[in-house]
Amino acid sequence: MSLPLHRESIASLRRKLTAGEITSQDIVQDLLQRIASVDPKVKGYLRVDAEKALAQAAKTDLKKPLGGIPIAIKDNINEKDEACTCGSQILKGYQAPYDATVTRKLKEAGAILLGRTNMDEFAMGSSTEHSSYQKTANPWKLDHIPGGSSGGSAAVVASDQAIASLGSDTGGSIRQPAALCGCVGLKPTYGRVSRYGLVAFASSLDQIGPFSKTVEDSALLLQAIAGQDVMENTSRPVPVPDYRAALNQPVRGLRIGIPKEYFAEGIDPEVNAALKKSMDWFADQGAELKEVSLPHTHAAVAVYYIIATAEASANLARFDGVRYGHRTQTLGDPLTIYRKSRAEGFGPEVKRRIILGTYVLSSGYYDAYYNQAQKVRQLLRRDFTNAFQNCDLLLTPTSPTPAFKAGEKMSDPLQMYLADICTIAVNLAEVCGISIPCGFSSEQLPIGLQLIGPHFQESSLFRAAHHYEQAHDWYLHRPNL
Amino acid sequence: MQYEAVIGLEVHVQVKTATKMFCGCKNEYGAEVNTQVCPVCLGLPGALPTPNEHAIVKTIAAGLMLGCEIAPICKFDRKHYFYPDMPKNYQITQYDLPLCLRGGVILEKYAFPKDVQKEDFATAQKVIRLVRIHLEEDVAKSFHFEEQSGIDFNRAGTPLMEIVSEADLSSAEEAFAYLTTLRQIMVYGGISDADMEKGQMRCDVNISVRPVGQKEFGTKTEIKNLNSISGVRRALQYEIPRQIEVVSKGGSIRQETRRWDDASGQTIIMRVKENAHDYRYFPEPDLLPVRTDQGLKAEAEKLIPELPRQKKERFMKDFGLSDYQAEVLAQERALADYYDEAVKGSSHGAAIANYIINDFLATGPDLNQLPIPASHFRELAELVGGNKINSKQAKEVLAEMFNSHRAPALIVAEKGLEQVTDTAQLETFCDEAIAANEKSVADYRSGKTGAINALKGFVMKKTKGQANPAVIDEILRKKLS
Repeated sequence: MSLPLHRESIASLRRKLTAGEITSQDIVQDLLQRIASVDPKVKGYLRVDAEKALAQAAKTDLKKPLGGIPIAIKDNINEKDEACTCGSQILKGYQAPYDATVTRKLKEAGAILLGRTNMDEFAMGSSTEHSSYQKTANPWKLDHIPGGSSGGSAAVVASDQAIASLGSDTGGSIRQPAALCGCVGLKPTYGRVSRYGLVAFASSLDQIGPFSKTVEDSALLLQAIAGQDVMENTSRPVPVPDYRAALNQPVRGLRIGIPKEYFAEGIDPEVNAALKKSMDWFADQGAELKEVSLPHTHAAVAVYYIIATAEASANLARFDGVRYGHRTQTLGDPLTIYRKSRAEGFGPEVKRRIILGTYVLSSGYYDAYYNQAQKVRQLLRRDFTNAFQNCDLLLTPTSPTPAFKAGEKMSDPLQMYLADICTIAVNLAEVCGISIPCGFSSEQLPIGLQLIGPHFQESSLFRAAHHYEQAHDWYLHRPNL
Repeated sequence: MQYEAVIGLEVHVQVKTATKMFCGCKNEYGAEVNTQVCPVCLGLPGALPTPNEHAIVKTIAAGLMLGCEIAPICKFDRKHYFYPDMPKNYQITQYDLPLCLRGGVILEKYAFPKDVQKEDFATAQKVIRLVRIHLEEDVAKSFHFEEQSGIDFNRAGTPLMEIVSEADLSSAEEAFAYLTTLRQIMVYGGISDADMEKGQMRCDVNISVRPVGQKEFGTKTEIKNLNSISGVRRALQYEIPRQIEVVSKGGSIRQETRRWDDASGQTIIMRVKENAHDYRYFPEPDLLPVRTDQGLKAEAEKLIPELPRQKKERFMKDFGLSDYQAEVLAQERALADYYDEAVKGSSHGAAIANYIINDFLATGPDLNQLPIPASHFRELAELVGGNKINSKQAKEVLAEMFNSHRAPALIVAEKGLEQVTDTAQLETFCDEAIAANEKSVADYRSGKTGAINALKGFVMKKTKGQANPAVIDEILRKKLS
C-alpha cells in the first residue's frame, strides 16, 4: 500500500511525477484536502490560494528540478501580487509588487507556491505566539507551541500540509521549530542564499532556508535557492556544489566536535539522553568524536539581543503609514501619523525590541552596547574558527527542551529568549546549521539534534544528517491529527 | 570694535551617473513624478541596496581634484530620522569613514564676483580647507498643496556628495568664489552638472561673527534655501551685518536655522536648534565595505581632466596667450575645449583667441551649444596669416560667419575678398603711385618717412582695398630707395 501523496517527500514525488504515475494536480488536490481537514487544528497557514495553486499545477513543467512540487512560504518572504504580512497588523492589506529572489528561483525551478505560513510578528519570537493573526499549534500536541519564529512553516511540513516550506532564521527561527515539530530545518551560511525580498529583521543575521521531511529534500531545496545574487550585496560568489552528491559520502572519518558549553545545565534530561545516543551512533559508524570548547557561548544571547534589536530598530523604521501598510485614522502632522500608525500596527514584542535597539544605538550608549557586542561577536566567530580547525562538524541539541506549553513563557521574555540558546551563536558566527529529528520525549514531543558546519560547508551537514536519518526511523513518525 | 565673519559651507552635489546610488533606476532630472522608482528606492519591505561603483569612482575623482586623501575602504552607515521624504526613515550615508578627507579649494581672482575682482582679497589666492567629502543617497522631494502633501520619489536614491569645508571663509565674496570654483571643478570633471536651480548643487551656510582677534567662535546660525551662488552672497551680505549689529549692541545670537528669502532680501528664522539630534549611526549591514585601492582609485584617476589652472598655464605657454585671454578661455570647460579644437595644428593661437574672445563671445553664444564649428576660426586665422586677406577684411568675414555660420574660405570667395597678391600688378600700381605723387616722393626721400602712407593709400585704392599693406610697403620702399 502506498502512502497518501501528502505524506511523501519531494524526491519520491518527483520520481512518481516523472514516471507519469501521478500529476501535479493530484498532489495539490491531496494537499488541499489535507489542509482542509487538519489546518483548522494546526493553524499553520495564514492563507492558501487553492485556485492559484491548481492553476500553477496545470502548467507544471516536469523537466524542471522542482517541477510540480507544492511549497509553502513564510509570510515574510515577498511573492509578487501576494500579501506579505510578516504576522503584523502594520502590513495588513499590503500586496508585494515583486518577487523575492528565492520565490523567483522556486518558480523558475517549477515549484508551486501553495500558501503563506504563520510566524511571530516580524520573526521576533520563539513560539509563533507573537503572530498578530493566529496561534499555530504544535502538530504533536496541540496545546504546545510549534517553536518560532517560522512556526507555521515547520508545523505545515510536520503535519503533511505541505511537502516542504521556506522559513527564515535569524537566531534559530528555522532550526528550533524544526526540532520542536520533528522535521528537517536548515539555516544556510550567511551569504549562501539571497535575502533580497525577505523582509528584514536583523540584516547581518537573517538567512532563508528550507523545512523538509528528509535531508535529501533539504539538499534539493538549497540547490534551488542558493547562489550569489546581483540584487543582494551580502550574498557571496561561492560556487554552489551538487548538494545531493554529498549525501552518499560515508560518515566514517568525519571529525565531530562536541562543544561542552552546549551540554551544560539547563538541558532537559530527555534531550540530553537522545543526544548521547546519537553521538554513540556516530561513533559506531566510525566518526571521530571529540570534545571542543566554544568559550564565549555564554555571551551569545546578550550579544544577539543587542545586534539583532539594533538592526531591527532601523529595519522597521520604514513602517510608518506613509507609503504602505496600516495608517492611523487620526489626522495630523507627519509625526502624529508615525506615532499613531506604529502604536496601532506593531505588537508588544516588536515594540519591546524596537525600543531596545533604539536604546543600544543611542549616543552615549553605542560604545557600551552596540560596539561592545560587535567585539564579542568577533570572539564568538573566532570560537567557531578555532573549533573547525580540528573538526568538520559540531553536534549539539537544537533546543534545550522539547516544545513547551502555549502561554507558558509569554509573560517572561527572558525565558523566551533562552529558547534560542543553542542556535543563536550559529547566526552570529555566520556558519551553517541543520536540525534533524533524533527522538521523542516521554510526552511524545520531538527532539532535535543540531549539526553545525563551517562557512559554506552545507554539504558536510547533509552528508552526516542524511546517514543518521536513514539509519533511524524518526523521520517517518507522524503526529495523530 | 571690529568684527569678522566666520563661515563654513556644506555643499551637496548630485553625482552624474546613469543609475541611482543603490538601485537600477535612472538618475535623471525632470521625469514625470514617481516614474523613476523601484522597490529599492521606495524602501519597500524586503528590498535591499546594491552600491553603484560609478558613483564611488566619481566621488573619488572629485576628491582627487580637490587634493583630498582617499580612504582605502568605502563603507556606508545608516543615519536615522523620520521624515516623509525618506523612504526607509534612515539614510544610507558615510559617518566615520568618509571617502575623501581634507583637501582644499583655491580661490582664484576670476571666481570672485566681477565687481570685486580688483580687491586685494580677490587676488590673494586664499585656500579654503575641506574637512571631508562623503557619499550618500538623496531623499525624495516633497510638494505641499492646500490641504495635502505629495512626495515625488524620483529623486530618492540619487547619488549625492556632501562636501564640508572648514570655517575658513570670512566674507560673502569668498563664499561666492568658493562655490563658483567648486561648481567649475564638478562640471570640469564631469562629476555633476551642478545646476543649482535643478537642485543638483545645494548649499547650507554656517555663519557666526566674533571680534577681530578673538579665537573662540561666536554662536552660529545655519542658512538654508539657497538656490544660487549669488543668492548665497546676498544672504551673507544680509546675515553678517545683522549678526554684527546684534552682537555690537550687547545682544547675543541664538543658535537657529534661518531661511533665505530672496524676494524680501532677508534671512528669516525657521527653527531654534535645541539639543543636537541623535542620528544613531551604525554600519549599514546590507552593504559590504568596498576596497578603493584595488582599481576604483585608478579608475577615478582616469576621469580627472586638466583643470582650469593647468589649462590656463598651458594656453599661455603653448599659444602665447595673455593672462587675461587664457583665463577667459579656461574658465568654462566647454569654451576651453572649443578653443583647443580651434587651435589644433595652427600657429596662430593668439589670433584665434582674439576672434573667439573679442568677436565671438561678444555675440553672446550658448557655451554648451556653440553654433560655429571651431575650425572656422582656425581657417580664418590661416587666411589672415597667409596674407590671403587683411585684418580689416577678417572683421567682415567674421560678421558674415556669425550670420550664416559658413566657412571663412567660402565667404572670402563669394565676396571676392581675396587680396591682390599678383606682384607684377602691384608693381605697376606702385609705379603709377610714384609718378602721380611727386610731393610725397620728395618728402619721403628727404626723411619724412610717414609720407609713404599717401603712396600706399593710392595703391590700396587701385586694388579696391584687396591688397596686403605690408607687401605694398615693401615694393614702395624698394622702388624709392
